[in-house]
Amino acid sequence: MRLWTLFGLRAGMATTTWPSGEGSDGQEGVLGMPRYRPELCREGCAQCADICPTRAITIGDDAGAGLPLEIDYGRCVVCQLCTEACPTGALTPSADWAFGVRRREDLVWQREAAAPEPDAGISGAFRRSLHIRHVDAGSCNGCESELQALNNPFYNLHRLGIFFTASPRFADLLLVTGPVTHAMAAPLRAAWEAMPEPRWVMATGTCAVSGGVAGGGYASGHGLDGVVPVDLYLPGCPPNPAAMIEALLMFLGRMPQRVVGGRFGE
Amino acid sequence: MIGAGEMALLRPQELPDACAGALAEGWRMQLAYAWWPDPKSLELRYLLSRAALHAFAVWRCRPVGPVPSLAPICPLLGWYEREIADLFGVEFVGHPEPHRLVLREGAQPVLPPFDPDYPPDLAVPVDQTRRFIPEIAGAVADVQELPFGPIRADVTESAEFLFYYIGEAILHYQPRLFFKHRGMEKRFEGLLPGTAVVLAERVSGVGSLAHALAYCQAVEAASGCTVPPRAQSLRVLLAELERLYNHLHYLGHLAHTTTLKVGEAEGKLIEERTKQLNARLTGSRLLRSMLIPGGLRRDLAPQGWLGDALDLLRPQIEAYCRRLAGTDSHLDRLITTGVLDRETAFDQGATGPIERASGLDRDLRRDHPYAAYGAVEVAVPVREAGDAHARFEVRIAEIFVSLDLIRQVLQRLPDGPVRRECLPQPGAEGLGWSESPRGALFYAVHLDGAARLARVKIKSPSFSNWRVFPSTVHGTNMMDYAINEASFGLTIAGCDR
Repeated sequence: MRLWTLFGLRAGMATTTWPSGEGSDGQEGVLGMPRYRPELCREGCAQCADICPTRAITIGDDAGAGLPLEIDYGRCVVCQLCTEACPTGALTPSADWAFGVRRREDLVWQREAAAPEPDAGISGAFRRSLHIRHVDAGSCNGCESELQALNNPFYNLHRLGIFFTASPRFADLLLVTGPVTHAMAAPLRAAWEAMPEPRWVMATGTCAVSGGVAGGGYASGHGLDGVVPVDLYLPGCPPNPAAMIEALLMFLGRMPQRVVGGRFGE
Repeated sequence: MIGAGEMALLRPQELPDACAGALAEGWRMQLAYAWWPDPKSLELRYLLSRAALHAFAVWRCRPVGPVPSLAPICPLLGWYEREIADLFGVEFVGHPEPHRLVLREGAQPVLPPFDPDYPPDLAVPVDQTRRFIPEIAGAVADVQELPFGPIRADVTESAEFLFYYIGEAILHYQPRLFFKHRGMEKRFEGLLPGTAVVLAERVSGVGSLAHALAYCQAVEAASGCTVPPRAQSLRVLLAELERLYNHLHYLGHLAHTTTLKVGEAEGKLIEERTKQLNARLTGSRLLRSMLIPGGLRRDLAPQGWLGDALDLLRPQIEAYCRRLAGTDSHLDRLITTGVLDRETAFDQGATGPIERASGLDRDLRRDHPYAAYGAVEVAVPVREAGDAHARFEVRIAEIFVSLDLIRQVLQRLPDGPVRRECLPQPGAEGLGWSESPRGALFYAVHLDGAARLARVKIKSPSFSNWRVFPSTVHGTNMMDYAINEASFGLTIAGCDR
């Protein structure tokens, strides 16, 4: 028997001090949602919309808004194809991955949008302690890989007062991944109904927000809307662990919401 | 079929004799699938492999009416035939398990979902109430049934496991999978081959690179294009980085099941460090958005830092693995747990580290080289015992093979372009494969008259290993189950698709 405890102590602290301290968020180099600058769009150009595999980008028919493109980050799978196709730099790669929002419409690019009411999400009793039940409703396992990372020593989610729990009866938040396959719709709903109130739901990953690449067809739905009520949306494919932490802390009123009207950090 | 070897056309009644003959000659079935060459006629395809460096063989069969089942002769085909029956409506006569597999039991679609006349986006109705349960108890009294899932404890993928047990002893175990069946193969249809790589990367998240690689190679085989040498080498680099983080996660998770807390934390911490290296190199922690038919989407710059970063990790990984392998409480739970004998492993189609831990010396990287694997030395660790300990040892050894391969690639990385145009002709078809961290992965790609995807068949390693896994659970005990399952390192997304 080796001295694991001694070894663990000798290895020292592995956990980042982020987000409260100066430590790293661990996401150096991670590409996020493409950043959109409509003034650079060329008239008649549709290369991004043509190549987008999830119709996150469509050619606008809403003349009133005056936008050449309609961009729904709730459908974006961060594949970067549009940034490679765009000939003018209107869509560029970015590190904008902290895309958690409380209103679905905040994922749609708009010229102007009002910031959401502060503290509209959750009552004070839950701000420092939140219990989560995860449900995989047909994900590719990419979101699970990153969710499992939340409990590794680098992120150590427990230090923030956030825990995964086995039973929906003990859960405050239902965290759902996947496009909701038809076979998982009933078990998902049963888990939600088993939760005590107040209860909240987080759509994690683009599949849960809108269906992603798998949405539709004979076996899959289009995410959570219409299945269970959603209080927190986090697109990404998959959202990285820091994005999940930011979204949860934002929902608890401990961090600001970075994205309003589809625009990041303005 | 381009990418595969010879192709033979057989009549349905010739299949059983041909199959028995091929098995006697040392061939092994790799997969079977169906597709519609035109809306009026369906074709079955069987892929066979033989020894190292021996080309694959393909059988075609155009049935009219029922087809004799090959599952009694070749058990690993059982699931493939059930999948074809569910999705294409082909009847296999004499199948030993004639039940639904991919669709839920009791599901009655208006047409099989892959029928050319199946309405797009029409949901197959789900009937949750009916399920096929084998007659277990017989005359034995006091047998209890434990249905576990599809939503289970912790952050896990969805599947339901049925245990029939008396006290600690498991009499019978039946996993009910395919709750997560998304119909991914159908989602490829009608897409341009270049765009569809985004789907391939999202079939199994922790196998994103291996899936993209097998898919791209299938399209490249269909188009006849060659990939530039620099891209071939970088593909090897990326594939081994994927194996590295997956195997480290495996060790951490296995330590979790043997309640070795610091061992779990250390494994998952090193996994995290490798995922962070992935992001620094490619912009994606899961190595997505890099591959495209014809090469890479953009060049990578690993020189000058990646080798150093891995050299720093290597002694940590060595010390970690040495410590795991020297911890009696860990080893006690692994040795003799979940034994898979060599014959069952072969007959039921085990693949990857699972079959190599049961004495089968097979690895696509060495036996059917692709990308730049033909130019590097691929050591293939093999163990004979077939238990959880052997699977653990194979994975540890493979971590160091991966580190060596990455070093070889970085030392001899050629300069030059990383992408060539790759446009398959209308009606072309191709086969691609890769040795994913979990074993043999195949993509078969058929293009339509407009050079869009008409059919994509995905054979993931977890589809094979889930088929094998229950045979190591029957007759064991509850306390070993979680350890045994972790020692297989299965994914459900890849299996269910």
